[in-house]
Amino acid sequence: MNKQIEKAYEERPRNTEYQITVSVIVLALILWSGSAVDFSGSGLGGLKIAGNILNGILHPDRKLLFNLTVQGVPYLLLETVCIAFLGTIVGAFLAIPLSFLSASNLMPAPIAYLSRLVIMAVRTIPAFVYGLMFIRVSGPGAFTGLLTMSVCSIGMVSKMYIEAIEDLDTRILESLDACGCNTFQKIRYGILPQLIPNFASTVIYRFDINLRDATVLGLVGAGGIGAPLIFAMNAYRWNEAGAILVGLVVLVLIVEYISTKIRVKLARG
Amino acid sequence: MSLYDKIFPPRKIVLSSGKTVFRPASRLPLIALILVFLTVLSVKITGFDMRVLLERGNQFFVILGMMVPPAFSYSSQVWKPLFDTIKMSLLGTVVGAVLVIPFAMAASTNIIKSPAVVSIMRLFLSIVRTLPTLVTALIATYVFGLGTLAGTTAIAVFTFAYMGKILYEEIETADMGAFEAMEAIGATKVRAFVSAIIPQVLPSYISNGLFCFEGNVRYAAILGYVGAGGLGLILNEKLGWREYPSVGMILIMLFVAVFLIESVSRYCRRKLV
Repeated sequence: MNKQIEKAYEERPRNTEYQITVSVIVLALILWSGSAVDFSGSGLGGLKIAGNILNGILHPDRKLLFNLTVQGVPYLLLETVCIAFLGTIVGAFLAIPLSFLSASNLMPAPIAYLSRLVIMAVRTIPAFVYGLMFIRVSGPGAFTGLLTMSVCSIGMVSKMYIEAIEDLDTRILESLDACGCNTFQKIRYGILPQLIPNFASTVIYRFDINLRDATVLGLVGAGGIGAPLIFAMNAYRWNEAGAILVGLVVLVLIVEYISTKIRVKLARG
Repeated sequence: MSLYDKIFPPRKIVLSSGKTVFRPASRLPLIALILVFLTVLSVKITGFDMRVLLERGNQFFVILGMMVPPAFSYSSQVWKPLFDTIKMSLLGTVVGAVLVIPFAMAASTNIIKSPAVVSIMRLFLSIVRTLPTLVTALIATYVFGLGTLAGTTAIAVFTFAYMGKILYEEIETADMGAFEAMEAIGATKVRAFVSAIIPQVLPSYISNGLFCFEGNVRYAAILGYVGAGGLGLILNEKLGWREYPSVGMILIMLFVAVFLIESVSRYCRRKLV
């Protein structure tokens, strides 16, 4: 018995060369990437600042946190939620035609490939570049933030849409055909029930991300909570930054809790 | 029976076989009502205006138009920041993904039996996940000074948060048979984890790590905006000077880099899973 086991163990498939090559490549890449980091800028001053930051976040500015005017945290959070909500919806609608165009089971390969490249290009341009472009359209403010956010959402949303479309079960359509359904009925009872839960789940997930990324918009003055947060941090007013951060973290936690609940329900039906 | 079913009673249908079945009322009106309300509220607050969009929408393409033709002569100065960005995201991803392993272990209900530890760990991971990357980067520039170290830290924190959640979900769905068998014959928890759980989790862990790295390259380009090194630094500078052809060149090179990295990583991930 033992002999047999030992023999089987000796004959186990080995690919040492392959493993060594991969390890060497990965290690070399990591060492290479280490060369970009310089430790010259850090020092004792950094630690002191870190202490100040932590102190400010632990002692948030209560007046700002519970201020119910337009400058207060609650209103800014509401504005951020609205930007993220509408931005996600607009982005989700813009992504629909793009993702149908790039689904390889519906479109000929060249068109699908081309529109995938377009989606990648849209994704690659950083958010603040879009922000600057949209400021020319609608001026600084929440509207610009909304437009920026919608364009930034397209990439990820359409990627998930494409997966959902390519996973479509076409056998259902054939059986509906056999029952004598017309095209409209086939779409209503064969395609929509398969796509809508997936799409809705994607959109809700993206809303989560957008809410978190809303600070990026502050960089270009595109409304929401980002600008006051970054101003407060740049001016070393850590109590104010702390108040805004606490508000943002609590909001995101709540939204994430709710959205996870909804998405689990969507996935399990 | 939920509250909604009590207010709108389900419809009774008598089938031809004489059986009665209940069809619950559709939730669609309620969902539609909530969505319409939220949309109207958002339109009010953000000042969404279709007319502005239609009238001035062409302005969007003005900057885009000024980027063509891109300044090819500028490309020689883009290489270093571009590689800095890639290095930052690679190192940050590796550091974050490795650091998170013990935390993800402690946040899995099938490894740690104490619910208190698990929920504290999960709360910790959630809070880290809510921190916007830009804020982490800004704080990191104050602590570590301007430069790539700050960007690397910010990316490591983001990867930590992202991978943490995926990893503990992955560990929880792993098959526990081998783990329990090893514990029964006297292996410690860590030893059993290494030999029984890691081989199950590793392929998807590496695959998710690669996916995270792809996204991080794109994200690292933004971090330069707050002085955390990399491509964002020169991008911000050129935007400030309104040298749009140079901006176009930077974007094209970023696009090509991202495209290459994505192709390689997609190939690797397909081999893994």
